[in-house]
Amino acid sequence: MSLAEDTRTRSLPDRLNGPGTRILKSWELLLFGIAVLIFVANTQASPYFLDPWNLSDATFNFTEKAMIGFAMALLIISGEIDLSVAGIIALASTAMGWALQFGVGTPGLIAIGLAVGLLCGAFNGVLVTRLGLPSIVVTIGTMSLFRGISYIVLGDQAFNGYPDSFAWLGRGYVFWVISFELTLFALFAVIYGVVLHKTNFGRHVYTIGNNPMAARFSGIRVERVKMILFLLTGLMSGIAAICLTARLGSTRPSIAYAWELEVVTMVVLGGVSILGGSGSILGVVIAALVMGMVTFGLGLLNVPGIVMSIFIGGLLIGVIAIPRLVTKLRRA
Amino acid sequence: MIRDFIKSREAILVAALIALILVVESRFSGFAAPGNLASVFNDTSILIILALGQTLVILTRCIDLSLASNLALTGMVTAMINAAMPGVPVIALIAIAIGLGVVMGMFNGILVWKLDIPPIVVTLGTLTIYRGLIFLISGGEWVNSHEMGEAYKAVPRFDLLGLPVLSWIAIAVIAGFAVLVNRTALGRAFYAVGGNPHAAVYTGIDVGKTRFAAFTIAGGLAGLCGYLWVSRYAVAYVDVAGGFELDVVAACVIGGISIAGGLGTVTGAVLGALFLGTIKNALPVAGISPFWQLAISGAAIIIAVAFNAQSNRKQGRIILKSAEHAS
Repeated sequence: MSLAEDTRTRSLPDRLNGPGTRILKSWELLLFGIAVLIFVANTQASPYFLDPWNLSDATFNFTEKAMIGFAMALLIISGEIDLSVAGIIALASTAMGWALQFGVGTPGLIAIGLAVGLLCGAFNGVLVTRLGLPSIVVTIGTMSLFRGISYIVLGDQAFNGYPDSFAWLGRGYVFWVISFELTLFALFAVIYGVVLHKTNFGRHVYTIGNNPMAARFSGIRVERVKMILFLLTGLMSGIAAICLTARLGSTRPSIAYAWELEVVTMVVLGGVSILGGSGSILGVVIAALVMGMVTFGLGLLNVPGIVMSIFIGGLLIGVIAIPRLVTKLRRA
Repeated sequence: MIRDFIKSREAILVAALIALILVVESRFSGFAAPGNLASVFNDTSILIILALGQTLVILTRCIDLSLASNLALTGMVTAMINAAMPGVPVIALIAIAIGLGVVMGMFNGILVWKLDIPPIVVTLGTLTIYRGLIFLISGGEWVNSHEMGEAYKAVPRFDLLGLPVLSWIAIAVIAGFAVLVNRTALGRAFYAVGGNPHAAVYTGIDVGKTRFAAFTIAGGLAGLCGYLWVSRYAVAYVDVAGGFELDVVAACVIGGISIAGGLGTVTGAVLGALFLGTIKNALPVAGISPFWQLAISGAAIIIAVAFNAQSNRKQGRIILKSAEHAS
């Protein structure tokens, strides 16, 4: 892009993109700027915003979604997508609630949540990689299927009565205002950041997203990598299901309704290209903070949830449209 | 031509649809009676209209997830106008609904066309924005049946030659689409743009403009459906048709519209919608809890897409695709 602009002005700088300009022009910095603005706006708007316990409460708005978002980021970078994540949460939560009726304890419930997540991920992965089906259609199907099974099991009923040791996973604090969920979020941010940016596997994910054919010719097992990514997304949805079920203390089939759209919004807002091939975990982390703060800040101002969603939707389109609009106007 | 039809996906869909109707009929007699089938068609009319709009969008390699939100917003606007100003004639309300839908479709289309933003991102955003706007204009209040005028509610139910107007509108849209898609330059452009965008450019087709046209038409139809939905069910609230955008995509996929673009027919989309609509109508007849519906549509999507992928593979589309990657 910058090359084309520079030749138009008939001068070439010594370096096209030095490390300094790269950071200055980066998506993450822009997003971070927005995050700071929202933070400042929130402190001005509500005197209750800066209270540590309030801020701690605010983190619950995004931790579960962001955990799925990390795996989703890898999946989208590789050129696939999983719209069934919220369906997986519903199914995993229903399975845990069902097991609870037979007196299964906390470790058993966790195991069931993780296992259902993995199984659902495997189901998506097999359909996409073995049968070669487009992931967007497959996961629209499994989204209905997974949540549909929850509806068959539960109807308009709910599972309640989770033990306290299980509830801690969603409501517990590790240290002062640092909740267990926030700790998990930070832990997974580091793990996924390292895996995506510092390992061969991470490089393979980018390569596949940029050119699956070239990736295959350079010896990358494209289908296996994609299968692993679907398994990871399923697993993270299982973990999110455990946290969310523990936090809410009950399971309804409508649990985490329409979360898939929020998770995808978060990932795209974080600068991951929906066409695959680029993005970073840092971006997703900042996007999670932005979305969490917007939701919480507006919540303190008593703005209803659905109005916040206008804001999130506008943010999604705006942050992508404005840079493109500016480039376009500059060229014209 | 007949031999072509027998081998086509549409023939398989027709067979599947007939088989489905017969299975239900064999256990619950009366389901296949003409009167009942007509009411199934009437129930499915809105899904058919939206699926046709979505078909154009998918043909051009895009997707519109905002159709249901568009429908709900236009429905709410017409209901509120009707409640506040009962004097406005219904025909004007329908024009407003279509006009508003067109504007929302154009907004999606212009972002895809001029700013080149991936359609899934655009419509994911507008899905939440349009839905949120309903809350802003209505304040979360419902517009109930008794607040609506009699004429407002009567139009889609009005009986014309044995069928309700709602069904006739669906039939008119189907006929219009058959002409548009098969007999006009714009219709063929949808296929060209989705089949191979690069080749389309070389044949003088403006890819962006064609996509814009697809979004605009789909938006206008969603607007029309907004009025039809709200007047038929005689209630407007924020969550009208929540999640319906996925039913629409499902109908297209079942009808054999390839999500990769450039492949699919009007007949296929109509049959896909009818297939889903028949299942939805058969469940209560068969005494199956409506809670099964979601899982069944999910399973139908997966089976349909797996089936379509198998038949597409035989046609050697892979070669075209890889040639395109090379360009």
